[in-house]
Formats: sequence, structure tokens, C-alpha cells
Amino acid sequence: MPVVMDAERISRALTRIAHEILEQNRGLGNLALVGVRSRGVPIAQRIADDLRKISGEDIQVGALDITLYRDDIMGASAGVAPLVRKTEIPFSIDGRTIVLVDDVLYTGRTTRAALDALTDFGRPKSIQLVVLVDRGHRELPIKADYVGKNVPTSRQESVQVKLRELDGVDEVQLEGKE
Amino acid sequence: MDVATTTAAAPLTALRHRHLLGITDLTAEEILLILDTADAMKEVGKRTIKKVPTLRGRTVINLFFEPSTRTRTSFEIAEKRLSADTLNVAIASSSVVKGETLVDTAMNLEAMAPSMMVVRHASSGACHLLSRICKAAIVNAGDGMHEHPTQALLDAFTIRERKGRLTGLKVAIVGDLLHSRVLRSNVLLLTKLGAEVWVCAPATLIPAGMRQMGVKVTTRIDEAVEGADVIMMLRIQLERMQGGYFPSLREYFTTFGMTEERVKRAKSDAIIMHPGPINRGVEIASEVADGSASVILDQVANGVAVRMAVLYLLAGGTDEAAA
Amino acid sequence: MKRLLKGGRVIDPANGKDGMFDVLIDGETIAEVGTNLKADGAEVVNVPAGCVVVPGLIDMHVHLREPGQEHKETVATGVASAVAGGFTAVACMPNTKPVNDNAGVTQLILQKAKEAGKARVYPIGAVSRGQKGEELADIAELKAAGCVAVTDDGLPVATAILARRALEYTSMFNMPMIEHCEDQTLKGDGVAHEGPVAASLGLRGIPGVAEAITAGRDILLAELTGGHVHIAHMSAWTTIEAVRQGKSRGVNVTCEVCPHHFTLTDDLLAAPVAYDTNTKMNPPLREAKDRDAMIAGIVDGTVDVIATDHAPHHYDEKNVEFDRAPFGIVGLETAVAITIDRLVHTGLISLNRMVELMSVNPAKILRVPGGRLSPGDPADITILAPHLKVTIDKTKLVSKSKNTPYDGWSFTGGVAATIVGGKTVYTNPEVQ
Repeated sequence: MPVVMDAERISRALTRIAHEILEQNRGLGNLALVGVRSRGVPIAQRIADDLRKISGEDIQVGALDITLYRDDIMGASAGVAPLVRKTEIPFSIDGRTIVLVDDVLYTGRTTRAALDALTDFGRPKSIQLVVLVDRGHRELPIKADYVGKNVPTSRQESVQVKLRELDGVDEVQLEGKE
Repeated sequence: MDVATTTAAAPLTALRHRHLLGITDLTAEEILLILDTADAMKEVGKRTIKKVPTLRGRTVINLFFEPSTRTRTSFEIAEKRLSADTLNVAIASSSVVKGETLVDTAMNLEAMAPSMMVVRHASSGACHLLSRICKAAIVNAGDGMHEHPTQALLDAFTIRERKGRLTGLKVAIVGDLLHSRVLRSNVLLLTKLGAEVWVCAPATLIPAGMRQMGVKVTTRIDEAVEGADVIMMLRIQLERMQGGYFPSLREYFTTFGMTEERVKRAKSDAIIMHPGPINRGVEIASEVADGSASVILDQVANGVAVRMAVLYLLAGGTDEAAA
Repeated sequence: MKRLLKGGRVIDPANGKDGMFDVLIDGETIAEVGTNLKADGAEVVNVPAGCVVVPGLIDMHVHLREPGQEHKETVATGVASAVAGGFTAVACMPNTKPVNDNAGVTQLILQKAKEAGKARVYPIGAVSRGQKGEELADIAELKAAGCVAVTDDGLPVATAILARRALEYTSMFNMPMIEHCEDQTLKGDGVAHEGPVAASLGLRGIPGVAEAITAGRDILLAELTGGHVHIAHMSAWTTIEAVRQGKSRGVNVTCEVCPHHFTLTDDLLAAPVAYDTNTKMNPPLREAKDRDAMIAGIVDGTVDVIATDHAPHHYDEKNVEFDRAPFGIVGLETAVAITIDRLVHTGLISLNRMVELMSVNPAKILRVPGGRLSPGDPADITILAPHLKVTIDKTKLVSKSKNTPYDGWSFTGGVAATIVGGKTVYTNPEVQ
């Protein structure tokens, strides 16, 4: 299974994204990161760490569970309902720029669910999207503002993101299905 | 916080059941899944907008043949928080005696294609009967003297919230064991999760085969409460006096009532629980019910989260091609 | 009209016969039982290989439901069910609507049985007027009208004093008092056997001793009065103990067991179908210890009769919550298969003993003809097929009601044909 990003590339991509966020938003004022569970959360944390190194400022990070907002779980056959975890956003999002962080952008449905969930929490001034990998094949009009790497894929393939916080190793693999 | 999970051993993420008829049918793993899911659901109740779209478009009917305010409203709030369309059908027992049978009532409601029916009935096994004839998923909200699974689940959730675990805790359950469905469900759940369960009642209110359920049985309240981590009081139904089970309420309270004195024998951080409604001065003294060790109101709050978890897990797990 | 049943094994315990014999029937009675009988113009019926010719089986505990509850069963459908089950006669219980406590109801039942022309019907009258347990019914009138016994079945005779009077009174007419033993205060509103299964299912229990307490009372009263008490449908080991002791003292007590009480236990209430109302009957299914005590009593001779307590109920009545369902299951068409499979083929009893339990003794207890194949006896004959493979299909039962817990069960043992008064009233299409 080809590795399309190794640990070093991931680290450099995230640092680059942190710089881009600073540049696009002309500073960190009023910005907060919200990672989409599960793997969006450690990525958001790392970006926050990079932002602190670059700007010296602390930035708030929240975790968003979008399981209850997905459009594909009800009606699945028995045994497939995904585990619901807690959402933890310990700050108000009203009037702020929220940067959503996820590992892979594919059909766009996860992002749509995240947008729905976020708007149930309050009314952000604007929402931006960071993804580590964009693999194409959008089914909804969603685009990422910051992309770690574009990885063209076919529908039969899948992108596996592993992060040391959860999986013990940093790498992005492209898995082909026979 | 996010918990590291390995992809090797796939953790349980759904209930392998269409219905929730009782704790009897659940494994320890499934019980923990419900409790973990309830944790996430509890957070929804803390938001300003206490709603998620998960069961949008699904119809859930609360079919209550026995009067109940707290359980019914708890289910209703849970359903609404999940964006389901709810319908409350309260059937006074007299109309059942006069007219429609349970089966006919349920079949008529089925015609409206509900995804789930939450049912409370005075006869043990009523939910089993409905599960055999209805397409909707059946959630048992209390059937006769048999089980009240969501009560036991919210009790377990409350205990875990306060104590961090269930395994190895000493839990004393005191009250009318013979007629209580809350008892049966709690005994099943607590023993499955490894708690040490003591039950206590006058000999006239101890069911045959109680010991076979893996609990310690005593008629001495001091023995039950000694060193307990959790004290769970069951309601004495005032009508029971007619059956001659004990001579008077006064005598019951003297011998089996939970007083502050008796609570002192338990651990200093013991919690007091009661499924409600409380009979003050019969099974529990007011000071104990309202005291700092009492988690009775927490139980009520947790009821909504636990019921949301149950509805979510059952709805996601059914393989009807969307009701 | 002569008929010759040729070439079958005949088991006739009353005459000490067990062997290959021919049976010659003349009109409605037995003419001769012997070897190599000449046909002489008689219609020859070749008994199929392996089948056994026995005196007609008599079920002394059947609910025919007519008058008043014809949606469950009628005399006509009941006797058709009886002969399909191999019974040439049934004794029917008086808890009809109205209760059979008078000549009118008795005569109605007999009339309906005559019209149906299948199994013989021996009505059993009520002990108390309206079965209310207050005053004795007109028992002499009942006897004259054709009743062979009295009972308040469905309920026990309400008080010791009434039971005493009933035993004294019936002894004048040489009739047994049949008793449904169950202390009502201990029963309460119980619906299942009081034990761990009922406790875990949340069902109110009826303790086994509720049965033994009434049995004990009646056995002592029979001893006091010299009357004959027949203990119906025993289910508890404590009851059979009481009967054993009574018999050892020479009390005139007889007793019966139903097939479900020597085969099933209360585990069936929990699985495979939890709260299946086809497992609800009174007395209830009890624990293994009780079931085994019934078998032991059948084997050691304490039990006199196997009867069915055939209790038909309409599907709608049983398709409700367990608490609300009426007690009872049908049994006429499953008794023979169960008895042969579970008692004879297992080696617990011989076919001889089975005939005693299901023909000889019922006839003796009810003081009716039958139970024997002597010349002059009514030609009531059952031809058993002990090696027939039978699977119970409740949709195919002849009875109007289908409330049986044995649906889908397989047994080895069945009925080939049933002959009443010389006429074949039932032939099993699966045989010959």
C-alpha cells in the first residue's frame, strides 16, 4: 500500500497550513479551531501548537462529534451504527471565525454534518475548513480552504490516515481495493 | 477526551437486537455501550439548542397502559431531543377491560408505521407479545412485575457517574422485591457487571428463587446496608397492605425504612437512590431523600440521556429500509 | 352386521390377554375374541402390521364447552376430536354456561352426542348448584339424567364441610366425586407455578402445596365418609405423596395425571417462546421434581388414569398478555402419541399398563361399560399404531381450538382407527 505522506511531509504540511491560516485571517484574533472526531482532533491540536510557536498566542481548540448529524447511519443494517462520542467545545463560537479541521475530504457529507452541528452550537462569524488530504469525488458543493495534500483517487480506493496520537505512527496510505 | 482504539479488535458499536425487552437479553458489553453512548447524549442536554437531527422523520409512539408521569416525559424529551416525531397514547386500564385488546390497540397504531413503540403495561410479558406481532421496534418501559430495563440502565449510569465503576461495589437494594420490576432489571444488570448485590425485604416480599439470581438475601436491613457503596430503595406500593404482606406502614418503616441512622452504617461516601415516586416516611425518611448523599434527582436527569442512547442504538441497528 | 378384525396383536389386560387374536364384532357388541376365527359373512378388516387392538380408550377429563361456549368447541367437534385421538368415550366437565347442575343440560349434552354419532359422552355433573360452592346440586337428578360423577372442576369444592357432604351423598349413588385440588387463598391471582422461573418472568405464582393441601383434605374426608374421591390432573409431587399415603391406608382414592404434567416443566414459559400462553394451564407446569414424581407414580401404580383435561380456547382468547389468557390447552389428539413415545417406547411402562391407565381404570372409576373386550361388551375398540411417526400440526387438529404447546413436536406412536359400537368412526389416512 503506497504511502502518500510520511511523518515529515505531514508535519511540514501542517506547519504550512498554520502559516496560511495566519495569512488569510490577518492574525489570530477571534479565531478558534474545532477538530472533527476522531482524527480531526489531534490534527487541530497540532495546528494550534504550530500557531503558538509562530505567533506566540494560544488558540482555543474544541472537539466535535458529528455522528448524530450524519445522513447515512439510520437505515444501515444491524451492527453498523457508529459509536457516539462526546462533543467538547468549552467556549462560545458566536461571532468567531471557526476553523473546522478534518483528516480527509471526500464526498463532503461529513463536512456538511459538521456545519449543521456547529450551527446548533451558535452563530459563528465565518467557518473555514482545513483538511489533511483532499481525495476528490465531491457529492456536495463543499471546498476546503486549506489542504495538506491533494491525492487523486478512484472510488474503489480508500485513504487511510494514521496519527501517532491514535495509531502510534504518522502516515497517510492509499489502499487499493482489488 | 478521545480514547485510543486499536483497529484490530473491533469494539461493539451497536446492539444486536431489534427490541429492548429486558436486561435479560443484553450482554455486559452491550450494557457498557449504552452507558458510553448515554455519556455523549448527556452533553446534548447541556447545549443551548438541545436537539440533534438523528431520528428526524422517525415516528415514536409512547404507548402507556399504566399511568406514569416521569418515565413517559423522560422518554418524550429523549425522543424530541433526537428530533423524532412523538405520539403519546395513554390508555386507562378501564378502556382495555371494556374494549380493545392489547394486540388490537398495537396493530391499529402499527398502521401509522411508527419506527418504535415505547410500551408500559401492567402484564409481565406484554412487550414480548407485541414484539412478536409488530413491525416496530419495541422498547420496554415497564411490563408488570418483570423488567424496567431503562430504569436499571439509568441507575447504572448514575452509579458509574458517581463512583467511576460498577464492578466490586456493594449495592444494597431494599423494598418490595416480590412485585418490583425495577429490582429484577437492576439485579440482572448489576450482577452482569460484577457488583456485589444485597437484597433486603420482609420475608413475605422475597420472591422464590431470589438466591438463584446471584445475590445475597437478608431480612436484616443493618446487614444489607453495612459498608454499602450504593443504597437503592424501592417503592412500597401502599396497596400492598391489602395482601397482608406486612401488618402496617408504621411497622414497615421501623424495620425496613431508610433512616439517617441506618445510612451511617454504609460507607461515608455512599449514595442513596430511589426510582421514584418516593413515599416519604414509608420506605425512606425525608432527611435521607433530600440529603447530600441522595442522587435521586440525578437519576431523573440521567434518564433522558440513557433513553436517548437506547433509542439511538435501536434505531440505528434496525434493518428496516427506513421506516 | 358382523365385522372381523383379523391378524392384530390384542392387548386386553382385564382378560389377561396379550397376543395375536382375531376380534369378531356382531352389531354393536363383541362376539368373540380368539385365534383363527372364521369370517362367515363378516366384513373382514385386516389389522395393519405392527398395530395393536385394545379396548376403546376413555378420556375422563374433557371440556366440551357446550352449552354456552361453542366458539371454543361443541359436543360435535369435541367428539370428532376425541375419536381422531383414539378415544371411544369421553367424560365431560360441567363448567359450561349454564353449569351442568340439572337434568336439562345433561340431556342436551347427551342429545348432541347422539346426533354426532362419534365418541360416547358421559356427562359429569356439578357438585354444587351453579358451581358456586354453597349448596349441593341435585345429584340424584343428575345421576338419573345420565351423569357418571360430580365435580366443581375449574375450582375445588369450596369448603371442607361441602366436600364431606358431597362424598357422603355420592356414596349413596356409587359415584365418585372428582376434585380439582387447589386452595384458593394460596392460589390468589397466580398464573404460573411459584418458583424461580415465574419469579424471573415476573409472573404471580401458585405453590405446589396449594394442590396438595386440598388433596389432603379430601383424602381424609374420603377416609372419614367412605366416599370415593378421584383427584383430577395432579401436578405436584406433594399431591402424589398424599395419594400414596391415603392408598396405603386403604382410602378409596383414585387419581389422574395429564400428559403435559409428565412431559413438560415451567422452563417452557421462558423459552423458546417467552410468555407463550399455550404453556398456561391450571394446574400449571411445574418443576422437574414434580414432573418426575408424576412419572414415578405412573410407573409404580399410584396413578390410576392418564386423562387429558382437554380445554379448548379460541385463538383470540389466547392471543393476549399471559396474565389475561384463560388457563388450558387441548389434549385429545396428542395424548396417545405422547404416552406411547414418552412412556412406552422409553421402557417406563408397557402397552398393557397404558391400556390400564387409559381404558380399564377410567371405565372402572366412572362405573361405565368398557375397558374390556369380553363377549357382550360394547364393541368400542382403539387400534393403536405404536410405530407411526407423528408430527403435531396444530392447523390440522380436528378440534375447533388449536391451543397446544406441542405444535411442531414429533413423536413415535399414533392411532390407526377408532371403532365405537362396532362402527369405524375414525381412520387415520397415514396408516394402511
